[in-house]
Amino acid sequence: MTLLFNILAQGVQMLLVLALAPLLIGFVRKLKARLLRRKGPPIIQPWLDLIRLLRKEVVLAENASWLYRWAPYLIFAMIWVAASLVPTFATGLTFSWSADLIAIIALLGSARFFLALAGMDIGTSFGGIGSSREAMFGSLAEPAMMMIVFTVSFVAGTTQLSEIAAYMVANMELRASVGMALVALLIVAIAENGRIPVDNPATHLELTMVHEAMVLEYSGRYLALIELAAALKLLLYLSLIACVFFPVGLASHDAGAEAMMIGLCAYVLKLAIGGGALALFETTTAKMRIFRVPDFLGAGLMLGLLATLLVFVTRSL
Amino acid sequence: MPLYLALTCVSALLAVSVYAIVDRRNHDVSRNVYRLCIGLCGVLFLAAVMPRGAHVVSTALPLGLPWIGMHFRIDVLTAFFLAVVNLGGAAASAYAIGYGAHEKEPMRVLPFYPAFLAGMNLVVLADDAFTFLVAWEFMSLTSWALVLTHHHEEENRRAGFVYLLMASFGGFALLMAFGVLGGVAGAYDFASIRESTKEGWKTGLVLALALVGMGSKAGLAPLHIWLPLAHPAAPSHVSALMSGVMTKVAIYGFIRVVFDLLGPPAFWWSVEPMTFGAASALIGVLFATIQSDLKKLLAYSTIENIGIIFIALGLALAFKANGMALPAALAFTAALFHVFNHSLFKSLLFFGAGAVLNASGERSIERLGGLIHSMPKTAFLFLGGCVAIAALPPLNGFVSEWLVFQAILLSPSLPQWTVKLLVPAVGVALALSAALGAGCYIRAYGVAFLGRPRSEAARAAHDPDRWSLGTMAVLLTLCLMAGLLPSLLIDMISPVAKDFVGGRMPTQAELSWLSIAPVAESRSSYNGLLVFAFILFSAYSARWVIHKFGTARSRRAPAWDCGYIETSPMTQYTASSFAQPIRRTLGVIAFSVRDRLDMPAPGDTRPARLSVDIKDRIFDYLYAPLTRAVESCAAGLNILSLLTIQEYLALVFAALVFLLVLVAI
Repeated sequence: MTLLFNILAQGVQMLLVLALAPLLIGFVRKLKARLLRRKGPPIIQPWLDLIRLLRKEVVLAENASWLYRWAPYLIFAMIWVAASLVPTFATGLTFSWSADLIAIIALLGSARFFLALAGMDIGTSFGGIGSSREAMFGSLAEPAMMMIVFTVSFVAGTTQLSEIAAYMVANMELRASVGMALVALLIVAIAENGRIPVDNPATHLELTMVHEAMVLEYSGRYLALIELAAALKLLLYLSLIACVFFPVGLASHDAGAEAMMIGLCAYVLKLAIGGGALALFETTTAKMRIFRVPDFLGAGLMLGLLATLLVFVTRSL
Repeated sequence: MPLYLALTCVSALLAVSVYAIVDRRNHDVSRNVYRLCIGLCGVLFLAAVMPRGAHVVSTALPLGLPWIGMHFRIDVLTAFFLAVVNLGGAAASAYAIGYGAHEKEPMRVLPFYPAFLAGMNLVVLADDAFTFLVAWEFMSLTSWALVLTHHHEEENRRAGFVYLLMASFGGFALLMAFGVLGGVAGAYDFASIRESTKEGWKTGLVLALALVGMGSKAGLAPLHIWLPLAHPAAPSHVSALMSGVMTKVAIYGFIRVVFDLLGPPAFWWSVEPMTFGAASALIGVLFATIQSDLKKLLAYSTIENIGIIFIALGLALAFKANGMALPAALAFTAALFHVFNHSLFKSLLFFGAGAVLNASGERSIERLGGLIHSMPKTAFLFLGGCVAIAALPPLNGFVSEWLVFQAILLSPSLPQWTVKLLVPAVGVALALSAALGAGCYIRAYGVAFLGRPRSEAARAAHDPDRWSLGTMAVLLTLCLMAGLLPSLLIDMISPVAKDFVGGRMPTQAELSWLSIAPVAESRSSYNGLLVFAFILFSAYSARWVIHKFGTARSRRAPAWDCGYIETSPMTQYTASSFAQPIRRTLGVIAFSVRDRLDMPAPGDTRPARLSVDIKDRIFDYLYAPLTRAVESCAAGLNILSLLTIQEYLALVFAALVFLLVLVAI
């Protein structure tokens, strides 16, 4: 019975992230439009777009290979699995131990790997430019992320996300190192999701685009999967920030249905706050030049390293 | 029994060398030699994994120096490396049955190839300094001969020269190391060395010499300069052996000397392996990222991986010195796990590169492209190798890097400040090299295999023969197995860790669902099998849902590309343009790189030119002054060759007196 309930909770989490991810995108878009005094499309619009895309015929470039056709499924699956392993409303779900924080980051890395390859498959210069820049961003963002992982897991003594969240709930206090890690994680999250000021998700046909350039040739269901994966990635980063730094209201896996409902409400609220902050930040910031991005990410890396060193120093005193 | 079996196989390998010379007129000689090598490597592999009866088996044969003889021994460490060497050896031989048929001058490969295999096995089996050094030099010389297979090319001759120079330098350092270890009394068998007491200065000296000697063979920066020249120069199956296996023999030597012969470690021993390991990881991956020669790229990435192994070994030393058995076992296991992994995927990638080279005649990825259409099977297998080496789940490269990270995460409990502050820096280097490594393989695969063919040769390429494909498929399967079922491998390594660092990781087979948890499940765990199953399940269910409720129709049309019509495949992104962002952001620190744009004035009709100068700082600031110093010394000593006979006699007499005085004191 308990096992059934646990598996059910895990299944609910998988479907929950899937359902919420496009809504989050829609919410951010709506808010951005309102901030610019436009009316904006309804929040459900991304879902409508996805459904429309799924029904459309795919137009494949003439020399697209099998890799190009597999990649969307793989990318989507990897990011979906990663997103379902991050605690959202409850910690310690049945399969949460199958991958720790490092493995989740690496899963995102795998998805990036295949996306960048898919970008190069058709052999157009737009695809190449996107892949090349994505590889550069990745090679700076990933180490920064690892430094954040180091900091958090030195503090909590574990790399299991559920355990980290439990530790953070039990030991609520302000730590300079964790604060620095939070700032670093925000920087990484912005870069990894291709948001302003690193990349503009609304852009098209610009030489500065990165993510859009890689997926330029995709259409129909493949495009839908990649868009959904991108939405899931944004949701994942917000869940990660919420679960590690603001674990208020997170239910334990054996807390029963009522605590889980509270956890769910808290989670949706946290997502709304995160999305609101993102929309506000994006409307007040300008996009930066592509070669300023390494400086931006370098700042994240340095902050992460400082946080790690700080933990090392303070722990042994 | 397994020891005698192993030694018999080694002598049989030497006999195969002789056979290759005797039977050189035969058309089938190449095929026969490689078949025999597969068989012998297979038996050696069995000798490594079969139950030994005793924990350690050793023997002394009355060969070599009189009264000393040659000592051989198999213990857990030897058995592990024997397995790695012969797995790689068997794979390379199987690949070569197909690949070797294209060799234009087979007699430059066949006699040396079995001898090279025998040499590597002998290094691992040796149990005294004399045997070890003889086997080591034998291995160096046979591999040198293999590097010179295509000696008509100027570049290869230079590679052979640099390799010989560095190998003799490394061998010299090892000679000194064993000299210091054996002491004045001259007890050179490993058993006596193990029991002798070592003073503080001696251990420091031996550690440095071992690091130089073994590191120069393994490709540890800054002694790596020969590696990217020599490894690619050899035929591809030999490149695979040199990169995938011979570097591991050097790692074996380092472990044998530092973890075994030198006795209980002090904490500062860990500083050198970690520092140089981190430097190698970064230098290796940065140079790999800007290379456009596929085999050179793989060679540079070997340097990166060797760096990762040395980082893990350094961590193991630090933990062992502080009596922290469990973390030491974790770091040590991570190192050996990576040794095994790297031997698998590096061989796989070199085989793939060999297949590409054979099919298209091109080593530069700038003139390839679109191979996924012309060589679909190779493309799939090479992709698997890229995913594995880029440390991406669910393949095996990720597992070993994950273990290294877990070891790093245990380091705050180390008491010494030096190590404590060094470890986070090493951690950044490791994370950076892992991320850059992924980028490097995106570039290598994307430019060579994806897109449109940039040359006629790339368009006309075709998959290699069954032997080559089969070998690559077996290696990829092994990579996948090691990635999905790491617990089995960790449990196999744990007896080695117990003997060499005095602790073992918790038995992984007892955990549910075949997951791995290095310390405790509440601390960290990873389950490759489950993650892989989840990914497959999610991908297939997504596909099913879409095909059921959406549509499965698709249509082919010209590429969209924002409406531009690109006619020439040369307008694709090239390898150097792909590397440009990384060259520009990180290149300035790592290698002095300068982009120069020569833009003609308006109205001028000459073409604009962009040239990129890349300089290896290590070469400029370390080796170039060294070469100059050696040359000026040689010029200074030149007068000695023009003396009269009386002067020579006087010189000899003076030297004799000086040495006698030295001995008397």
